[in-house]
Order: sequence, then C-alpha cells, then structure tokens
Amino acid sequence: MWKNLRKIILALVVLALGVGVAFFVFKTEPRLNKSFETEKAFFKKFPFRLGLDLSGGSHLVYKADVSAVPAGQVNESMDALRDVIERRINIFGISEPVVQIQHGSFVSGGEEQLIVDLPGITDIKEAVKMIGDTPILEFKVEGEGNEPKAVKLDKDGKIDLGSIDLSKNFVATELTGRYLKKASLEFNPNNREPSVKLLFDEKGTELFAKITKENVGKQVAIYLDGAIISSPNVNEEITGGEAVISGGFTPDEAKILVGRLNSGALPVPVTLVSTQTIGAILGNNAINAGVKAAIIGFILVGLFLTLWYRLPGFVATVSLSIFVFIILALFKLLPVTLTAAGIAGFIISMGIAVDANVLVFERIKEEMRAGRTIVDAMKLGFSRAWFSIRDSNISNIITALILFWFGTALIKGFALTLGMGVVVSMFSAIIVTRVFLSVFTLLPEGKVTRFLFGSGISK
Amino acid sequence: MFIIKHKKIFITISAILVLMSLLSLAIFRLNIGIDFKGGALSEVTYTDARPTQEDLSKPLEDLALGSILLQPTEEKGYIVKSRSLDDSEHALLLKTLSVDGKSTLTEINYNSIGPSVGRELTRKAIIAIILISLAIICFIAFAFRKVAEPVSSWRYGLIAIVTLLHDVIIPVGIFVVLSRVYGVEVDTLFVVAVLTILGLSVSDTIVIFDRIRENLKEQAENSKFNFSEVVGRSLEQSFVRSICTSLTVMLVLLALIFFGPDSTKYFAIMLTAGMFFGTYSSIFVASPLLVWAEEWQIARKK
Repeated sequence: MWKNLRKIILALVVLALGVGVAFFVFKTEPRLNKSFETEKAFFKKFPFRLGLDLSGGSHLVYKADVSAVPAGQVNESMDALRDVIERRINIFGISEPVVQIQHGSFVSGGEEQLIVDLPGITDIKEAVKMIGDTPILEFKVEGEGNEPKAVKLDKDGKIDLGSIDLSKNFVATELTGRYLKKASLEFNPNNREPSVKLLFDEKGTELFAKITKENVGKQVAIYLDGAIISSPNVNEEITGGEAVISGGFTPDEAKILVGRLNSGALPVPVTLVSTQTIGAILGNNAINAGVKAAIIGFILVGLFLTLWYRLPGFVATVSLSIFVFIILALFKLLPVTLTAAGIAGFIISMGIAVDANVLVFERIKEEMRAGRTIVDAMKLGFSRAWFSIRDSNISNIITALILFWFGTALIKGFALTLGMGVVVSMFSAIIVTRVFLSVFTLLPEGKVTRFLFGSGISK
Repeated sequence: MFIIKHKKIFITISAILVLMSLLSLAIFRLNIGIDFKGGALSEVTYTDARPTQEDLSKPLEDLALGSILLQPTEEKGYIVKSRSLDDSEHALLLKTLSVDGKSTLTEINYNSIGPSVGRELTRKAIIAIILISLAIICFIAFAFRKVAEPVSSWRYGLIAIVTLLHDVIIPVGIFVVLSRVYGVEVDTLFVVAVLTILGLSVSDTIVIFDRIRENLKEQAENSKFNFSEVVGRSLEQSFVRSICTSLTVMLVLLALIFFGPDSTKYFAIMLTAGMFFGTYSSIFVASPLLVWAEEWQIARKK
C-alpha cells in the first residue's frame, strides 16, 4: 500500500516540477505573458538570447595582423585588441554586443581573427566606422623658423587660401594619445561649454612639462585625426600632467571623443575580411516560422505516439512536453544563443527524444506478447531497451560534440541544441515516462488495460 | 522473410540510386556557395515596383566588380551575388541597384565573405568530416568487437560503413538535383546535414545487427540453423521499431520543411532524405548484404 502511494506521490512531484518549469518559461517570455511588463524584475532577467540571424544585426570578421608581434605575445595583444574594440562598441550603447577572438590554429588556418556581433545594427557602414576609427591625438609645437608663409595670388589678385599650408607651422612632438591615462568630460562653470580634460601618464606628464616649459609664450596645437582642434597659448610650464581641450564641441561630440580617447588605439592593425547584415524583418519571419514548425512537429509526434502506443504513448507525450519546457528553460538560463539552425536542432531533438520511448514501448509489447503481466513487461522493457537507447544516443552525441568543436556560430548553435536535446531526452524519456507509467500499472490488469498498454493496429 | 528472399531486388535498387547520385554529382557538380568560396550576397526589396533585370544588368556590368548574378526573389526584390566587396564597392552596388536613388530599396540581408574566411571554413569542414567519420568507424568497431559466427565480425563493420555511405550519397545526389533546379548552393548547413546523417543513420543499422547477433547466440547450440532465417527473424522483430523511431524524427523534419524558416529548408530536406534512406538501408540493404556475405563465404569454402 505504502509502495503504491509512493508511486503516486512521486508522479505528482515530477508533474509539479514540470508545471513549475513551464510556469517559469511562460512568465519570463514577453511573447507568451501578456502582463510581462508588470512582472517582477526577476522574471525579466531571462529572455531568449537570439542570434544575429533572428534578431537582425551585423556580423563582422576582422583579420588581425600580428606579424609584428613577438610570438609569445600574440595572445596578449589579441586580448588587448578585443578589450579596445569592446570599449569602442560600448560607447555606443548597443545591447549585448559579442566580441570574440578566434585564434589561428591548424584547423582554422594561421589567421588571428576577431569576430564582432552587433545585434540591431543593420547599417554596416556605421558599424564598421565606429569600430575602425582610431582617434589620433597629437601635440605639436611651433616650428623653428616660424616665418611668414609664401602666399599665392590667384587670377583676381586675391589670396588663394588653398595654397596656405597651415599645418607646416607646427612640428610634431613625441607626445601623442599613447601617453594618455584618462580623458574626461568637463563643463565650463561659466558658460556650460563642454571641454575634454586629458590626464597624462608618467611619461606623458614629463613630455608635456618639457613641451610647455620650452614653449612659454608660444602656441601648442592639439591635433585630432590630423586636424587641428585647439591651439592654446602656453602661459607657464605645466607639471601636473593635465590639459584641457576646449574646441567648441557640442556635448555629444565631447562625450564621444572622451569615449574614443579612453578606448585607446588598436594594439595591432586589423582588416575587415567578412561582413554580414541581416535585416530585422527577415529574422522575425524566421522566428515565427521556427515556432510554428516546432508546435506542428510536437503535435505530429504527440498524435503519432498516442495513436500508435495508446496509453504509454500519451504518457510519453506528456514527458515530451516536460522535455520541451526543460530545454526552453535551459536556453533561457544558460543562456543559449538561438539561431535558425539552433531552432532546427531543437526541433529535431524532439523527434530524437521519443526514440527512447519507442524502443522501450516496443520491448514492453514484446514482453507482453510473451505472456508477461503489464508490471513485469514494463520492468523488463525499460531495462532491456537501455542498451539500444545508449547505443543510438552515443552516435548523436559524438556528432554533436565534433560539430560544436568545428563550429562557427551557426553550427555551434545547432550542435548545442541538438546535443542538449539528446542528453535531456534520456532523462525525460526514461525517468519521467517511467514514473508516470508506474502509476497506471496500479490499475487492475484486464482486457482494457492490456489494450491500453498495447500498440499498433493489432489488438 | 520476403526482404531476405528478394534481397537481390533491394540491393539492386539501392545500387542504382547510389550510381545515379554519383553520376549526377559527376555531371552537375556541387554548386559551392560563398560560405566556402568567398564572395558577396545582397538581398534587396524595393518599396515600389522593382526595376527590370535588363535595366540593371548594363549599369551593373559597368561597375566592373567582376561577374554579378542577379536573381529575382518571389516578391519585389533581387538577390545579387558577386565577389566579396569592400565598403565603398558595396555602397556603389546599392546605388546602382536603386537606379541612382530613383527606386527606393531596403537591403534585408547582406553577406560578404573574404576568400581567406572561405578557405578557413573549407578546411574546418574537411577536418570535421574526417573526424566524424573516424569517430563513427571507431564506434562501429567497438560495437562489433565481439566475434560472431558464421560471418566474421569485421564484415558487420564493413557492411555498416557501406550502408552509411549509401545513406549519405543518396541525399547528396538529391541535393545536387535540387541545386540544379532551384539554384541552391552548398553552404555550412549542407556540411552539417551530411555529418548529422552520419550520426543518425549509423545507430539504426547497429541496432538491427545487434539483434541478429543476439539471436545467433541463442541458436549457437543448434548446429543446423539457417543463417538467412535467423536474419529474417531478427528483421521481423526489429523493423517496426526501426521505422517508428525514424518516423518520429521524420515527422518533425517534415514540419521543419513545410513550416520552418527558409534558411533551414534544404537542410531539413537533406536530413529527411538521410533519415528515410538510413532506415531503408538498415532494413532492406544491410541485412540482405549480410546474408549475401555469408552465402559468398560458404561458396568460397567449397
């Protein structure tokens, strides 16, 4: 009696857990939960993470030229490169950008690459610009012979402005953005005009002090990207390592400049080798189609199982829905980046998930034909089918593992969802189904129950 | 068992299908896509009517970007394929497609892959194919490590590999024909499909072979048993199960073909074909080949 009660309680607990997982998936999904906006912050933390092909956005592959980097420091300089590019992207406030290093290896060829995913950015030109732009900050001083320039006159006797090369007035110094420790945004308390405050590092402070000392009473020009933005007069030697550029910026310009200066220069030169942009509409269509295919696939499998395997088939369908919710919850929690291929992997894993059930049910049927009672047939069915289940899953796991390792993002998505599906399905198809079925074995054995546990078109 | 009785018919059907697939592969060749070759693909839709192909082909030629392929899409758009483009070339292409701004368009998909990236992927794909094949051969060797009489163990493995090739070659043949008709190209997903078929179809064959050996063991004391009868009985015991396990996967794949995203359509078609022929071969090809091997062995002994 106690044993029977335990079976029922266990089944109820598993069912409750399944419902709990389903509840979590519904609660955290804006598409399913109508009052999502008013939910607690906890439930908003777990959206599905969509890959670029579903969310729309840009995918950029840069090749890093590390030929000038000593062999032992390639990894470090690639890390530095990633950090710089990450900082540059973060200035623009894109949600969830992904910047990954792909090291050269025997498999991928000798190239060091940097892969940048920018969800939501479909203007590729802008994206490329924001990543590739290196702000070059230079300090220049007045040249030795600051003589009057030769000025050409044009036909009308006016001064040809184009012929004056102002930049020649100034000569470069050693001080550049390289010696910058930090840039920050400041506002002039009098007229609220924004300015950029520069703080030099040790070497920079030294250089700046030297420059200001040698040029008291003269101009020092600050160049950004080769253009002069400010040329203040030096009144005295500055030893504090601080300089302020007030170049008539708008607040936004100043803010972006600060961000760019802080993100620093690229440690190694990069070239863009591959770009991909996917429009948001295309991605949205793919999501809808994927969801539709998943639902229809689930219904087809459920119908087949229930019609062919009757009661056990129906129970397997219930387990399959628990499987679906567990997988979806895992996608949210881990999180797994979903792509169209990833959704395909998930859909296929639904089909593979019930493989184990089919193997078990066929075995149960065989044992029942051999004259065993339902309870015995079930026990034998589960234990004898185990080896076939293990064998048929091993080959899928091997494939998923190698594909995952082989992977570009696209393939990884497929391999991961397929592999997760295969592993989770071993749990859902065997343990969950067994717990539920064991409750039904409590029914008195008779013609009806034998029919319910039978299968196929035969009696 | 009728399958064993008529084994020559089934083996012949399979042989013909494999030959046809190989022939179409040799004649039409695989249509390699930009994933591997490098190149650019741009998909645009026009807000109003799209310019005709004739109107666009001349200005596109004048861009001197190499050969540019213009494919009309179902609605008001084009897919444009060319060599890989840099930023300015891409901008130029869009400008030309919009007839210098006269027809407004949106680019819904743009993909430019440098030749080095393509080479890298090709290399990865080849290594993955080799690795998975090796892993599967190891798996087969492991599954058939025990000696079985009267057909020696390595023959089971060899036949499993032959049917595996059969399961891969036929979907590839189908893909070649599809790519001929619909202009589908070999992309990353194609390689994934081939590799997944390898994983999916090998287990089916092994499950049936396992059953055969299980039944052979029971017969071991009986010296007068008939090999082909044992194989036939094993098939009878396992073919429903084999078909059912594949059917569930095929059901979801069919849903994926007819309702799923466009980008995975041909992937799903290939996998469905792989599943179908994988199941077919494990029932109608692998076991008959086994009986054949045994008959051939006896004939040689005499």
